Amino acid sequence: MPHDSDPSHPHSLLPPDPALRVQALETILREKGLIDPDALAAIISTYENDIGPQNGARVVAKAWCDDGFRARLLADPMPLLQDLGFYGRQGEHMVIVENTAALHNLVVCTLCSCYPWPLLGIPPAWYKSDAYRARAVREPRRVLAEFGVSLPDSTAIRVWDSTAEIRYLVLPMRPPETADLDEVALCDWVSRDCMIGMGLPRAPK
Amino acid sequence: MRLGQSGLHDRHGPAAGAKMSRLHDMGGRIGDGPLHPETADAPVFAKDWHARALALTLASGALGQWSLDRSRHQRECLSPQDYMRFSYYEKWLSGLADILVATGVLTTDELKAGRSLSSAPDLTQRCLKSERVQKALSSGGPTLRDSQTVAQFEVGDRVIVRRFGHNSLVAGGHSRLPRYARGAEGQVLNYHGAHIFPDSNAHGLGEAPEPLYSVVFLRSALWSGAEHPDDEVVLDIWQPYLQPASLAKSRTS
Repeated sequence: MPHDSDPSHPHSLLPPDPALRVQALETILREKGLIDPDALAAIISTYENDIGPQNGARVVAKAWCDDGFRARLLADPMPLLQDLGFYGRQGEHMVIVENTAALHNLVVCTLCSCYPWPLLGIPPAWYKSDAYRARAVREPRRVLAEFGVSLPDSTAIRVWDSTAEIRYLVLPMRPPETADLDEVALCDWVSRDCMIGMGLPRAPK
Repeated sequence: MRLGQSGLHDRHGPAAGAKMSRLHDMGGRIGDGPLHPETADAPVFAKDWHARALALTLASGALGQWSLDRSRHQRECLSPQDYMRFSYYEKWLSGLADILVATGVLTTDELKAGRSLSSAPDLTQRCLKSERVQKALSSGGPTLRDSQTVAQFEVGDRVIVRRFGHNSLVAGGHSRLPRYARGAEGQVLNYHGAHIFPDSNAHGLGEAPEPLYSVVFLRSALWSGAEHPDDEVVLDIWQPYLQPASLAKSRTS
């Protein structure tokens, strides 16, 4: 290792293989009584099964069906989200941004990977990638094109760089062909990507 | 700083010799390749150790020995070589190992040995037990604070981001102002109240809440070659980084 003796980076003392690195840290912390392995399993299971884009989709579908809810969601979302149980770590200060024919919203964190966990779960790899962090603010239309989204000239793009603890969720436009669907059916139209602004609502496959 | 020195001497942030490289501040960088979309049924964690790294980081954070700001800064203090070659969760993991040592929870001897060499009786009471996980995740950590600091700007005000947007409290210290916004003129879009100021909090200097604004910039005010004349970028910016546009103009005219 090039900096084995670098005191400011003790991590270089751990095994280089990341899987072994986790294991070593976990072992030391467990032996000290500072980590409960069952708690690690509970955290993983929560984000694998319980907290994910299905939460955000419920909020979007509800906003599409209920104008009063939509208005309150845009004006002051936290009481509504708390009522729905979608509150917690990385979602303490939510702002919902609404797409219109004139304005399309896109969310990024150029400095790390800030993301509304209680509504969308753990971010996908592309959201955390250097390429997205570097490019989304500067060339959002090229970035969107790589996800198959092309916006007309009449639509401006507003990119939200989450540089503080405010977290953003995009409220997409409701597709006209969903006019007859109820809230439950609408949830299937709302993908994770469209709540980041990197997709548009589509019919479920 | 010597190997094995405890975190008690670590008042000014991670390892006195380490400064953040700013490589993490990559907004607007040129040369990165295409994005790779993920299908909706892709696993939340691509590898088991990714999940372990995330869970271990959250559970260690529950020991209460550092703030979120501090842990972000620790990752930013990875050497430039490590920052660029490490994958996402390797950065988390290395930052975690470094912060555990910097705060005195673990020693470098323990990292070398791969086992515990001493007990930590004071901290074991803070160990996050599985029955407390749901409550810990769902209670979050709001950053809104009461503050005596007067909000200087109103929604609609024109503002200029200070040209030298680095941390003015700690040389080479943590900052959440992307460099691409430095010196740019924008407009206050939202006011969020006073929030914990990371420049201070990341270094154990107190929460020092400051008024926080969403400021909107024309994309064309940040870089040349805009794809569309009306495209915009919004950043959340704390008051110390902002000055009134009119004042800045009268100074330069």
